[in-house]
Amino acid sequence: MPTLTIDGQKIEVDDGTTVLQACELLGIEIPRFCYHERLSIAGNCRMCLVEMENAPMPIASCAMPVGDGMVIHTNNPQIKQAREGVMEFLLINHPLDCPICDQGGECDLQDQAMVYGKDQSRFEENKRAVKEKYMGPLIKTIMTRCIHCTRCVRFAIEIAGVDDLGAVGRGEDTEITTYLEKAMPSELSGNVIDLCPVGALTSKPYAFTARSWELRKTESIDVHDALGSNIRIDCRGAEVMRVLPRLSEEINEEWLTDKSRFACDGLRRQRLDTPYVRRNGTLQPASWNEAFDTIAARIKATTGNRLAAVVGDLADAESIVALKDLMASLGSPHLDCRQDGAALDPSCRAGYLFNSTIAGIENADACLLIGTDPRGEAALINTRLRKRYLAGGFNIASVGASLNLTFSVENLGSSASVLSVIADATHPFASTLKNAEFPMLIVGQGALNRADGAAILAVARAIAESVGMIKEGWNGFNVLHTAAARVGALDLGFVPGEGGRDTAGILAGASNGDIDTVFLLGADELDMSQLGKAFVIYQGSHGDAGAHRADVVLPGAAYSEKSGTYVNTEGRVQRGSRALFPPGDAREDWAILRALSGHLGSVLPFDNLAQVRTRMIEVAPVLAALDEIAPAEWGSFGVAGPLNDTNLSTPIGDYYLTNPICRASLTMAECSAVYSVTEQEATGAHG
Amino acid sequence: MSVLGRGVRSLFLLEFVSAMRLTLRYFFRKKVTINYPYEKGPLSPRFRGEHVLRRYPNGEERCIACKLCEAICPAQAITIEAEPRDDGSRRTTRYDIDMTKCIYCGFCEEACPVDAIVEGPNFQFATESREELMYDKEKLLANGDRWEREIAINLEADAPYR
Repeated sequence: MPTLTIDGQKIEVDDGTTVLQACELLGIEIPRFCYHERLSIAGNCRMCLVEMENAPMPIASCAMPVGDGMVIHTNNPQIKQAREGVMEFLLINHPLDCPICDQGGECDLQDQAMVYGKDQSRFEENKRAVKEKYMGPLIKTIMTRCIHCTRCVRFAIEIAGVDDLGAVGRGEDTEITTYLEKAMPSELSGNVIDLCPVGALTSKPYAFTARSWELRKTESIDVHDALGSNIRIDCRGAEVMRVLPRLSEEINEEWLTDKSRFACDGLRRQRLDTPYVRRNGTLQPASWNEAFDTIAARIKATTGNRLAAVVGDLADAESIVALKDLMASLGSPHLDCRQDGAALDPSCRAGYLFNSTIAGIENADACLLIGTDPRGEAALINTRLRKRYLAGGFNIASVGASLNLTFSVENLGSSASVLSVIADATHPFASTLKNAEFPMLIVGQGALNRADGAAILAVARAIAESVGMIKEGWNGFNVLHTAAARVGALDLGFVPGEGGRDTAGILAGASNGDIDTVFLLGADELDMSQLGKAFVIYQGSHGDAGAHRADVVLPGAAYSEKSGTYVNTEGRVQRGSRALFPPGDAREDWAILRALSGHLGSVLPFDNLAQVRTRMIEVAPVLAALDEIAPAEWGSFGVAGPLNDTNLSTPIGDYYLTNPICRASLTMAECSAVYSVTEQEATGAHG
Repeated sequence: MSVLGRGVRSLFLLEFVSAMRLTLRYFFRKKVTINYPYEKGPLSPRFRGEHVLRRYPNGEERCIACKLCEAICPAQAITIEAEPRDDGSRRTTRYDIDMTKCIYCGFCEEACPVDAIVEGPNFQFATESREELMYDKEKLLANGDRWEREIAINLEADAPYR
């Protein structure tokens, strides 16, 4: 381990550390533009110059590996002058348009020019002007501002795994381009906006709307997929202006998917802001009391056995426990949180979790994907898989439809019958898994929401056990969820009780009249036509499929408007904070259910959020430990049975339109039109 | 003072005479008051009066919605909303100044990179209602059109000192 001296302080660091990293360890800040912790080293901005004793000239600290006995000076007049020289060169072709630049106020170049910039320009020639490039509906480009750090290019190639971004030309003529003027084909494209140290790549939907200093920042949890990415919600007044990722090594590193980042304009469209009651066939605005009285009259006229409730994909654990208690007090056993009908077994927690953990993917050395498309279902898991793939020695195969992932995957076949061959250990990939030290498999919802889902779950368990995925300190059995609410609801036991019906049963009961009242808590992905003549109560934030079918609509809060607990696919319990208040008469979901319980004459025993959470932890003690994963006990789950020979497919139809918030978002509609509709499918209606 | 002296002053009303002399002296002197509103005192080119939003000579509004004035305003009297205009340029959709909050410090014009918001020479903008003092973009641009000549002269006069 080399020891070096930086500004008079001695430090011992690992081999292969760069001088810049060693300085960071000592808390010495080195200015930089091109260097980024998660990208390869380019060394082309030269801003990180430091002085090394016995070297003829300043060295670029980001690209210089440490050597034993190095003596580094980071803070002397020569270095300041060298950096000022670099800054002057960078500013030669950088336009002086900070006032109209969206990066203004959060710009690396602006900040560093405060320290190393001159107040006057000595450049008298014409500045360079570069034509703007088209990079899709999310990224706005003002390429004149580009300083060619190539962070975006390295991100696209290394992390996103798409080769569609690159630099052409040399010297002053260098331009960053998508070559063919097409949209960047990645679900992670928004991250180049965060990476760009200047205002060359900015957010198109956010363009010109707000300044960084006028935003109120709230740390929260994302609900657009089941990863629970850590996010920061930036609001101005009563509007969410943008969503940015927060650093979380275990989940999203510092990336965020485009859906999570850009669907925030859906939070202000199609909102339910007042209760509605259906009168004479149309939904009409009503007061809370009218809505509750209508529900109470209906529920008092029926029995608990004819009452059912389904929880949707975006619900928080607080509202789920409130609804569960409410249904219990009304005597209904017909509860379900699996609105896609996935055959998840709530009895064994390890049977519905991503047990390896997301960060744990980096330890795995063989992986089997079963009926899942990680790129569409959880793009950041796909990123981790790619990270592991790039590290080498990672065998990855899939059973299901052929996948367009960002790494090569061996397709073992598309039908479920292949799985039994792997479970018998007669398939060659079974021995690959067996020989691996840390083998893993990922079961997608596409495999579980079929009629033979329970059998697939059982055969996946058999594979996991037969190839030795379950051992001390490693559990390679993973279920990849697509709904943020799913794991929390399963933990809380929002599943059919004694003699209760599951989602399919509830729908069947509603069509044949056995169930006459259905409560939907944000459940929009059901086939509403099967609800028959049932009286439907919909509580949720957006006017989507559920609200259209409903007889009473109770306006709830979206994820940004409540402090909610969510359990991600790994079983990690996380709590988001409220960024703003719900619009109009809408209220937090648990409070609506509490108020409704009063009208129904069976008051729920909690009056504030703390009491709801106490009750929630009483029902599911695992929810007590925030930001931690309690290792789940391995057990028996799934029902062995014959596998259906049809092809496995992913449940994600259109990545950009998977939940009510996305469907209300103009940005997501535009993305869907650009990315998801191919030329053959496009009709006149697509413009 | 002796009893005699006091008696003489009282008897001849000398206090009145000296007061009258002072009065007469001011009566014939040049007056310091002016006949407002028909006459007005001189104003410095730096006078900070009613706000205006200026335009370029071709009629294009100067303001680019950088929001620096909004950020610097110590009274938080300025509210700006912006979005891309049809031609893609950055412009405000709303530029409001609450003149009842404004303390006329002039920071907004100092902050403005394009000399768009300027405190002009007009100080006679009293209104009959409070609401009329909530200026919007239209009102500010109209002010700009009305006062452009004077403001241009003032800015030019002050330019050497900036």
